[in-house]
Amino acid sequence: MTLLTVRDLAVEFRSGVRAVDGLDLDLDTGRVLGVVGESGSGKSVTSLAVLGLLRDAQVSGEIRFDGQELTALDRRALRRLRGNRIAMIFQDPLSCLNPYYSVAFQIAEAYRAHHRAGRKQAHRVAVRMLDRVGIPEPERRARCYPHEFSGGMRQRVMIAMALCLEPDLLIADEPTTALDVTVQAQILQLLRELREEAGTAIMLITHDMGVVAGLADQVVVMHQGRAVERGPVRDVFHRPQEPYTRGLLACVPRIDGPLPDRLPTLGAIT
Amino acid sequence: MILYLLRRLAVTAAILLVICAATFAIFYLMPADPAQGACGKACSPERITEIRTTLGLNHSPLSQFGDYLTGIVSGRTYGTGEHAVNCPFPCLGFSFQTNQPVWQMLTSRLPASFSIAVGAAVLWLAVGVAAGVVSALRCGSLWDRAAMTAALGGVSLPIYFTALVLQYLLVVQLDLLPYPQVEPLTTDPVGWAQSMVMPWITLAMLYAGIYARVTRGEMLESLGQNYVRTARAKGLPEITVVRRHALRPALMPIVTIFGMDLGALLGGALITESVFGLPGVGKLAADAISSADQPVILGVTLFAASFVVLANLLVDLVYAVLDPRVRAVG
Ligand SMILES: Nc1ncnc2c1ncn2[C@@H]1O[C@H](COP(=O)(O)OP(=O)(O)OP(=O)(O)O)[C@@H](O)[C@H]1O
Ligand SMILES: [Mg+2]
Repeated sequence: MTLLTVRDLAVEFRSGVRAVDGLDLDLDTGRVLGVVGESGSGKSVTSLAVLGLLRDAQVSGEIRFDGQELTALDRRALRRLRGNRIAMIFQDPLSCLNPYYSVAFQIAEAYRAHHRAGRKQAHRVAVRMLDRVGIPEPERRARCYPHEFSGGMRQRVMIAMALCLEPDLLIADEPTTALDVTVQAQILQLLRELREEAGTAIMLITHDMGVVAGLADQVVVMHQGRAVERGPVRDVFHRPQEPYTRGLLACVPRIDGPLPDRLPTLGAIT
Repeated sequence: MILYLLRRLAVTAAILLVICAATFAIFYLMPADPAQGACGKACSPERITEIRTTLGLNHSPLSQFGDYLTGIVSGRTYGTGEHAVNCPFPCLGFSFQTNQPVWQMLTSRLPASFSIAVGAAVLWLAVGVAAGVVSALRCGSLWDRAAMTAALGGVSLPIYFTALVLQYLLVVQLDLLPYPQVEPLTTDPVGWAQSMVMPWITLAMLYAGIYARVTRGEMLESLGQNYVRTARAKGLPEITVVRRHALRPALMPIVTIFGMDLGALLGGALITESVFGLPGVGKLAADAISSADQPVILGVTLFAASFVVLANLLVDLVYAVLDPRVRAVG
């Protein structure tokens, strides 16, 4: 069943930058869609457009979620959808967490925005979520502030915040970038479990082809605000049609292959 | 935290001591003779010598400063025998023009200064912050431009001008208010409020403009933060997003300038008090300056400086409570 359909999405910033230009996306319930592309190809802007979080930008096209046209929703209806049915893990977790509130508060706050729950009950939910995403000593850590956490732990807090409402769709924008390999693997495992246990659909944004290969069913390759290639992960990875995709794949150093003298850069190929 | 507090208190005490020494040095270096000032115009040389002895002016500067400090902590007696004047703790000096200890003069003026400062502060904080928040939320709108222009106007109008216009309008033309004079809050609250309305508005006009502009700038910055976007993505109501995630960080710099401004005002609003003829610390300073009553000027300076320094300390402590990052360091 189709959960999210994006048709002819275009985003133009007031500065004149056309960050997304005629993009189509399809995501089925319980599936994982990888969105890849070089830096600046419009991946984050696309995800913000889906949640209606862009400012100073002209958004056109259709965004249908579970039969509802999101661009036509009023503020109230959109608010009830955000967090509750579509949750988002942002790139750069430090700047995305408010430095003035404890991490538990910020998770509990998301929970209370959509549930009738007292502070205590919501706090318990937050602690449970921190435990689930693998924060050690969650009860004690819950009262800490974002600056007291490491990068990987902050990313987990973001994930806990996104998952506490059991959304139907999770948009994960670079959930593993800037994390070391072991933490990366843990977070990917977490997302895999989420998808298998809760049946959450995931839009996984990354420029790391390895991450996509490990988690996604379908993949969309973005370049300058457009989808240049799409299809099942296996097909796109094994038989890339576009030179751009081939370039992206060639940028991933293969552990099992011979090490090239120099990694190819995209500019050399496109 | 306790350690931090003790350290800050020690630093504050040191700063006060330095201020005390600096103020004392300035007055010591001034060409005017304190004895002459204390004695008045028609004064015999014998009387001047006598006063010099009483004030201890024939001692070395250092020992005079020592006497002064001793006076602050334990009181002192000027002169000996039948001419001796007692200046009880905390002795900030003795005014021979009015025959009163400076401390007593200051404390008798405090209620008026406090009434003016605190009332005006509440007013300008409410008006300034509210206007700044609305301006930031409607950035670029007609309201925004109107409010910011008004704010600029409020900042640039001199106090004596605002004060005179207000008096002309409210007292002379509309007959809404009596001429300002201090009624004690305890016995006549209505009279007290009436007498304070004009000084409050006058001062608030000056500060509200600054606060509106600062609040607007800070709000625009915090509204653009990524964590505000996160708050929206959680599905929080817009009012909660603004109040909790944008306003709270934006208020931090306001706390700083508010502490400073209030501290400075508690030490006397010189122009406002003088214009409205209110017997506050500022008026005391103005009068002391015009009659060259040096001990009083010295006392007021120290007194006002202490308020600023203490406000500074208080701001830092409040900061440590409000900002978890500062708390961790302290
Ligand atoms: N607020 C904004 N105002 C103007 N232009 C913007 C804004 N946000 C993004 N852009 C532009 O839109 C384009 C796409 O940006 P986007 O953040 O979606 O890239 P991305 O694919 O997520 O890159 P990365 O992998 O580095 O995160 C870029 O050219 C960027 O400069
Ligand atoms: Mg991005």
